[in-house]
Amino acid sequence: MANDNAPIQFPNIPPKGPNGDLLLAAERAKATFDVKSLTKIMYTEQYLKKMDKVLDVLENDPAFDKSDRYHHSRPEKIAASLWKDKRLIELTKEHNWDEEEVGIANFLYDMSTPFTLHYSMFIPTLKNQTTDEQKKLFLERALKHHIIGCYAQTELGHGSNVQGLETTATYINETNEFEIHSPTLTAAKWWIGGLGRAANHAIVMARLILNGKDFGPHPFCVQIRSLEDHTPLPGITVGDLGPKFGFNSVDNGFIMFDHYRVPHISFLAKYSQVKPGSGEYVKPPNAKLSYGTMVWVRANIVLGVRMAIAKAATVAVRYSAVRKQFVDAANPRKWDNQVIETPVIDYTMQQYRLLPAIASAYACYFTGRDMMRLYELNQAEMAKGNFGLLADLHASSSGLKSLTTTMAVSTIEDMRRACGGHGYSMFSGLGMFYQDYLPNATWEGDNYILTQQTARYLLKTYRNVVAGKAVASEYNFTVNYLLQYLQNPNAKCPATTGADLLNPELILSAFGFRAAYGIAKTAELIDKQGHSWNSMLVEINRISRAHCQYMLVRTFIVSLQTDERFAKPENRDLLKVLRNLASLFALYTMEQELGEFLTSGYFNSEQAALLKQQVIALLEEIRPNAVALVDAFALPDYYLNSALGRYDGKVYESYTKAAEGEPLNKQLVVEGYEQFIKPLVHDGLNPAGAQAAKL
Amino acid sequence: MVTSFNNNVPTKFPKLQPKAPNGPDLLQIERSKASFDVDALSKFTYGEEFLKRKDKILKILEAEPAFEKTQRFFQGRHERLMHAYEKDKRTIELSEELGWTDEDRYIVNLLYDQPSPYSLHYTMFLPTLKNQCNDEQIKLFYERALRHEIIGCYAQTELGHGSNIQGLETTATYIPETNEFEIHSPHLTSSKWWIGTLGKTANYAVVMARLMIHGKDYGPHPFCVQIRSLEDHRPLPGITVGDIGPKFGYNTIDNGFMMFNHYRVPHIAFLAKFTQVKPGTGEYVKPVNARLSYGTMVLTRAGIVNGSGLVLARGATVAIRYSAIRRQFVDLDEPRKWRNEIIETPVIDYTQQQYRLLSIVANAYAVIYASQELRDQYEVNQEQMQKGNFSFLADLHASSSGLKSLTTTMALEGLEDCRRACGGHGFSLFSGLGFAYQDYLPFVTFEGDNYVLTQQTTRYLLKTFRSLIAGKTNTEQKNLTTTYLSQYLQNPNTTCPAISGAEFLNPELILTAFGYRAAYGVAQLVEELDQNGRSWNSVLVDVARVCKAHCQLVLVQSFFVRIQQASEKDLGPEERKVLQSLAYLFALHTMEKDVAEFLVSGYLSAAQSKLLKRQVLDLVALIRPNAVSLVDAFSFPDYFLASALGRYDGNVYEAMTEYVEKEPLNQKVVVDGYEKYIKPFVHRGLQRKNDSKL
Repeated sequence: MANDNAPIQFPNIPPKGPNGDLLLAAERAKATFDVKSLTKIMYTEQYLKKMDKVLDVLENDPAFDKSDRYHHSRPEKIAASLWKDKRLIELTKEHNWDEEEVGIANFLYDMSTPFTLHYSMFIPTLKNQTTDEQKKLFLERALKHHIIGCYAQTELGHGSNVQGLETTATYINETNEFEIHSPTLTAAKWWIGGLGRAANHAIVMARLILNGKDFGPHPFCVQIRSLEDHTPLPGITVGDLGPKFGFNSVDNGFIMFDHYRVPHISFLAKYSQVKPGSGEYVKPPNAKLSYGTMVWVRANIVLGVRMAIAKAATVAVRYSAVRKQFVDAANPRKWDNQVIETPVIDYTMQQYRLLPAIASAYACYFTGRDMMRLYELNQAEMAKGNFGLLADLHASSSGLKSLTTTMAVSTIEDMRRACGGHGYSMFSGLGMFYQDYLPNATWEGDNYILTQQTARYLLKTYRNVVAGKAVASEYNFTVNYLLQYLQNPNAKCPATTGADLLNPELILSAFGFRAAYGIAKTAELIDKQGHSWNSMLVEINRISRAHCQYMLVRTFIVSLQTDERFAKPENRDLLKVLRNLASLFALYTMEQELGEFLTSGYFNSEQAALLKQQVIALLEEIRPNAVALVDAFALPDYYLNSALGRYDGKVYESYTKAAEGEPLNKQLVVEGYEQFIKPLVHDGLNPAGAQAAKL
Repeated sequence: MVTSFNNNVPTKFPKLQPKAPNGPDLLQIERSKASFDVDALSKFTYGEEFLKRKDKILKILEAEPAFEKTQRFFQGRHERLMHAYEKDKRTIELSEELGWTDEDRYIVNLLYDQPSPYSLHYTMFLPTLKNQCNDEQIKLFYERALRHEIIGCYAQTELGHGSNIQGLETTATYIPETNEFEIHSPHLTSSKWWIGTLGKTANYAVVMARLMIHGKDYGPHPFCVQIRSLEDHRPLPGITVGDIGPKFGYNTIDNGFMMFNHYRVPHIAFLAKFTQVKPGTGEYVKPVNARLSYGTMVLTRAGIVNGSGLVLARGATVAIRYSAIRRQFVDLDEPRKWRNEIIETPVIDYTQQQYRLLSIVANAYAVIYASQELRDQYEVNQEQMQKGNFSFLADLHASSSGLKSLTTTMALEGLEDCRRACGGHGFSLFSGLGFAYQDYLPFVTFEGDNYVLTQQTTRYLLKTFRSLIAGKTNTEQKNLTTTYLSQYLQNPNTTCPAISGAEFLNPELILTAFGYRAAYGVAQLVEELDQNGRSWNSVLVDVARVCKAHCQLVLVQSFFVRIQQASEKDLGPEERKVLQSLAYLFALHTMEKDVAEFLVSGYLSAAQSKLLKRQVLDLVALIRPNAVSLVDAFSFPDYFLASALGRYDGNVYEAMTEYVEKEPLNQKVVVDGYEKYIKPFVHRGLQRKNDSKL
């Protein structure tokens, strides 16, 4: 038999023309604005420089190589991830990277790893919740990676409801210890990233029991594995919780405690304390301050959504400019005077999918940035003792986290499908991305539960406004749009032409009216007609969404009006494109939610028809800038890791190259051939012989 | 690694109970609330014969190691592929031993629930040979393929070409001198791509290639071509073939690529049942009327629609059973109690969850019944075509295209929503819904891309509308489309008469509403195209909407027809009642989701849309007590579901922890990689601590 270990290689012939690089060049030539200026405005020059610097290091470091990522089995993924974690620590030291640069490295590597939770949860919790003594004991060692930690809150039977946790930590007055215990199977800590295999310490949320009284969940910093040889300590059962839909490069784990004793110092005591010996409980001061931090976390999530959507849109838009299908008979595309199949980006249906995705990425950029600004403003106000901004900001941030992550998940999947059949290949870069991104819709507050928080605030504000207890304010838009609605609950949209719908004032009034109408009707059903909260959950979800869509639209529009960078004459073209995107975002959203605008009576059928046409008109207007608008996100090929979304458009060349890397292609004949295929086929080659052998 | 301990100790959970009340108790309560007989509804849905066969085959598979389903969660792609080969070979052996029919094998594959490397041999290679071979070719290719002496695939799509068959690049040039065809791939983009079973398994392929005779291009035609040696399975000279790499799902199939370098095949390779190429002269003989083959496509699509229904049913089964067990927060207005103690509320008691899941149950039943209706109509149409009556064909073909598009999209959305409705644990592969989603996804692309298909359906609707206006339609040839379009044309300004929510519970009112909305969309679109001169490309968004409106009407109508036409023997009063409620929920929830279109058409008023919204929630509340029983009636065995969350017995947490104990990472105490990547840091810290003690 000839050499079976000959890797399969494609013949060296070009794709059918026109090639991707030429098509993308043609697209880029159509741009009406300067891509680099937009990029600089979004990221700042200094950030882009850092990104280039870090990118250069990662692309040349084997621990950060991504070419085998789509072929790895789970154990291989974990091993590659641990290698990356170690190498990143070394590189950080070598290059003296600051926190932002490390953040960029993780962003570009684009895959969570066993140490991720050490940085994102363990260290921040230690920073916020420890006393000085505990900082020395835990935080400083964690920063040096002498201990590796995770954050163990959710349990097998308990997710978002922290009050339902079962794990107990009982204070033992005699020995000044806590005894941590898992009373049932459902009390097993579950889903904890970094716990399965990597961590030797954990922040454990456990019900504090003092002298028989239950004080509810509190955080403990607990050693779980030996620092000598990494074996679990006696009294602890710990492991990995198995394969997941995505996130398989992280060792999400479980842990159970069997009357496990920890010293008094394990109890994280910055806010509440347990007096040694007596076990007396000292209450925490006002917890409101920590709500501020949640706003910061969520602003970051919204900015992350921007990147997620931008990534998916970059791949889908570039590939749609390269991928050709059918000849549009009414308007055939020509190239060198020959009719070619039409690039799919020229079909309206495809534009209707792609361009609103781009618009939503920009919407999330402006909203995330504004949330950051408000976070800082609020922190400053709270320091002065003014808590007036907090409730509105916190409520909006809950709903926005929910709305935008849900948008991201569905947009990623839609962009993957917009790539047609090849979107299903892992080499599209969008498959694993979708799988890994999904948990964002669950963690940091389940998306459905978060909307209840937002709606509760909206209803409360409405009641205050009705009772005359709320006044218009520069910062509280909720009060403003509710007041406007109550002044004229029968208002009608004045638009009579499609162009009227482009008026920012009109757009904001429409979104405000629709949100207020939903809130008013829900309040009426609960307060006047006695409907229970539970029976109203469907509406509650809707009003949170309506409010947050208002916020997204408003921030997008107002940012363009107020940001002085866009007022500069050299950015006039840029402003024009962004205004179109803001209009598209608003009107497309309106069209998706048209039922609510109509039901509220604010819109009529004729206006709905105008709206539909105006959306299509905006698509046409934005179409020439499609590729330039995704280019402006400046996502490097290393980050995209996609055969379809490459900057240079060499889709088919890189796709076939990737297929050559498939392990199954390293051998000519597949491994199971002898056992499973040959017997059947050889039976046919020599039927008489085979028959005889059977006899 | 040198250790002072035995590293090969598997991790085991302590023997503890979950916190009470346990899953089995909660499901028991749910089942006791049922207002109807679960078995009776199962029989109505599937037929008794099918259920019996399923039970018989299930017993066999559960005892066969080749059909074991737990290991797939933990295997890498290569191992999964090897296991799938084993399953394919064992299926062939069992078929022979037990004399399985095609329907038996359908049940086997349904229960095994994973594509495998031979799949395309059965679903595409054999049927194509059966339909397109002349007698000589039947003997040479088809009969050998039936005996698995040759294993084949169907190579149509190319790297640069998907749904547009006319765009294919691969050529097959007739060489008169040698009476051969030369198959060739001119560019990289002409590489055959995505071909299931081709990557590593097949030794033959049906290849679609442009037929070139004397320099003239006759467009794509099928050729049956040997591609690998039957002796040792190596690719034949002139052929480059391999696997296209990892995919979002379907990783147990070797989807492949193939390129030809001036590859010669004999004259007989050209599949010649319909068209012929005369030997020597190369004269081309045209095919006869192809309309009959549209009939077969209807049947294929009825099968896909049925599959969509089962996907929804499976998602709903897992999500509903688990939602009855999973508890979260205490609903303060109405706290749930267990043995006089307040417990957290099972999530199925929250209206948001009911709204999400019961509408999916209704979708599942709607789609399953619509597929049965489609199959029945296929039979009627076949009979009519035999008699020379082709008047149903176009309508049926158009509806089946649109239904394939609509229901596969519904299935995907519903399945993913069910996975998410399981909360965090839905993200675990042990939910049984992760692979299901990944493997189901290609259905929205293959057998006609869903967006492209909607154009076919809408073209037909527009044509019918124009011909009605022109008075060219024979009014005796009534079908669904002409009926609702005529009704609209007779009274285009009619409005919905409902003044109370209860009035919506009327099949006639519902069908009129759906018919009106669909016709309105068609009429508007015709106006845009014919009067306002818009291009087809500029109205594609509306084209998709119109198709959806039509197909939703078909689904709603099929559901009502199925119930109305069922005899009292087949469908008892209680089962009928619950199905009726589900049909209403399906119709009104669908209406609610697309309420904007009903409002814009002027048929529904804003006030009525509010009634509608409340009526949907009332229906959800009405159906709620039957939630678990309605999914039980789908009659999916645990073997099929392969889900820790969706088990019939409700032992969710025990099953979850048992699966976890099998995770390969848990077979060792300390992870591979510890020595290299973790220990150096931690030991540096230990060292420092020791130093500071000194």
